[in-house]
Amino acid sequence: MADASQVDALYQEIILDHYKQKHGSGLRDPFESEVHHVNPTCGDEVTLRVHLDGGTVSDVSYDAVGCSISQASASVLNDLVVGKPVDDAFATLDAFQALMQGKGEVEPDEDVLEDGIAFAGVAQFPARVKCALLSWMAFKDATSQALTTQEDA
Amino acid sequence: MPGRGAGPWAAEDAAYDVEAVRKDFPILERTLAGDHPLVYLDSANTSHKPRQVVEAIEQHYLQHNANVARAMHQLGAEASEAFELGRTKVAGFIGAPRREEVVFTKNASEALNLVARVLGDAGTVREGDEVVISEMEHHSNIVPWQLLTERTGATLRWFGVTDEGRLDLDDLDTLVTERTKVVSLTWVSNMLGTINPVERVIARAHEVGALVVIDGSQAVPQIPVDVSTLGADFVAFTGHKMVGPTGIGVLWGRYDLLASLPPFLGGGEMIETVTMERSTFAAPPHRFEAGTPPIAQSVGLGAAVDYLTTLGMENVAAHEQAITAYALERLQEVDGLTVVGPKEAVQRGGAISFTLDDVHPHDVAQLLDSRGVAVRAGHHCAKPAHQRFGVQSTTRASFYLYTTEAEVDALVDAIRHTQHYFGGR
Ligand SMILES: Cc1ncc(COP(=O)(O)O)c(C=O)c1O
Repeated sequence: MADASQVDALYQEIILDHYKQKHGSGLRDPFESEVHHVNPTCGDEVTLRVHLDGGTVSDVSYDAVGCSISQASASVLNDLVVGKPVDDAFATLDAFQALMQGKGEVEPDEDVLEDGIAFAGVAQFPARVKCALLSWMAFKDATSQALTTQEDA
Repeated sequence: MPGRGAGPWAAEDAAYDVEAVRKDFPILERTLAGDHPLVYLDSANTSHKPRQVVEAIEQHYLQHNANVARAMHQLGAEASEAFELGRTKVAGFIGAPRREEVVFTKNASEALNLVARVLGDAGTVREGDEVVISEMEHHSNIVPWQLLTERTGATLRWFGVTDEGRLDLDDLDTLVTERTKVVSLTWVSNMLGTINPVERVIARAHEVGALVVIDGSQAVPQIPVDVSTLGADFVAFTGHKMVGPTGIGVLWGRYDLLASLPPFLGGGEMIETVTMERSTFAAPPHRFEAGTPPIAQSVGLGAAVDYLTTLGMENVAAHEQAITAYALERLQEVDGLTVVGPKEAVQRGGAISFTLDDVHPHDVAQLLDSRGVAVRAGHHCAKPAHQRFGVQSTTRASFYLYTTEAEVDALVDAIRHTQHYFGGR
């Protein structure tokens, strides 16, 4: 399964940096939707809020408890989607998800994923893929809810 | 209670030859990625199986396979006999007064669900009644009681846990009262390692006429159990944690009680007669064993209890005690490591959960795995117990009859490596 070099591939410097210094952490106002997602196998949790400004993701704020992979991934999520049109944010999400679920066979596009490419090593560890995707799935859920609210309003 | 007190543990018990024991477990000779020898410290999750158990199962399938009870041919007779022999062996192993008191299920979770379900169906637990469990239960001994109390309108009440990780019995007399119909308690905690004073709780419960269910999933593998003197009404445990196969669990229950309870699942083997209007049900244990039972698993579990009996459960318990004491001492030498649960090897089983400052349990487990050290990280199906200690998850190392001091040393080295990896880069 995992020897030292694979573990090094998993714990890229960039991931550890994001883990130690999380971008955009904490819950903030205003927001249109808030979700709470849990990884039932290990108990990692995230509460995540999305604030949309028209068609743009103007803030993603979060409170996450969990391992380095899930925390760093929330931090990278914040970097990658805040300030972007919702459609672009969803395209990034799709790219990140494809990378995570690609069993190591998907070549990441640095232009799209930026620091997110550091997660390529995670794809080799099936047990950790859910950690990496936790906040992204929460973002997808929250944004969809916020969009529905906008439409209803 | 077994064991030989808190030490001296420096020399492993001379009467117990752990190296000889290890030879029965070929998997322990494996090396993993990076040429690291396997250091398996996840036996509270599932234990390994000795050759003797695997071979008994193999022989059964290769020479005696048939369905039980309903096959009239010679193989059918052999398979039925082998299946029932497993029951006899398990009954002997736990000191059951009658072999019919041993009901086979698929695991401990099903055994606990079985009791909770039939006690509700029998009307033993009704609206306004109370069921008492503890904060240190495995989810398998929480959820069935939540379902039962929700279904019946009864109330679920909880024993607390002290800061040290012991069962808090200060309010035993106010928690277990005339309103209490069932007390269900783990004997040994799979997270904290605590061995609970179940006799005290049983005595109080019986004073008020409540039934007692003991979750013996972690106890039966590591301490001598005699249900004939324990006093409990039901004991649940699971084959795969006691060197037996997966797919078989046990519910032991007092015969008169089992005989008074309605069936759990309906199907073949559990009936006396079936007409289109109604069915009548077989006597225990078959009343609770609908459908084709875990036949080869019974053979395997029989071989497992033979194996444990040959080693001697007193010796197994003494080894567990010694290795746990050694591990507690070694682990607490590590700066930044906090043991969650009793810190002394007194009334304590072989599971040690801990936190490491600034490193999440997943990351600890991942780094340990890269060194061949297999532990569990997460909530160990005991979320309320984790909440009690204000932690979301822990890393757990657990030991069994094949664990050596050298493996504990390898764990400690790997933990230091982990700290360096996350702190020093
Ligand atoms: C204390 C305790 N109870 C119940 C169980 C459930 O056992 P099983 O998963 O075999 O049903 C376990 C094992 O995980 C346990 O440790």
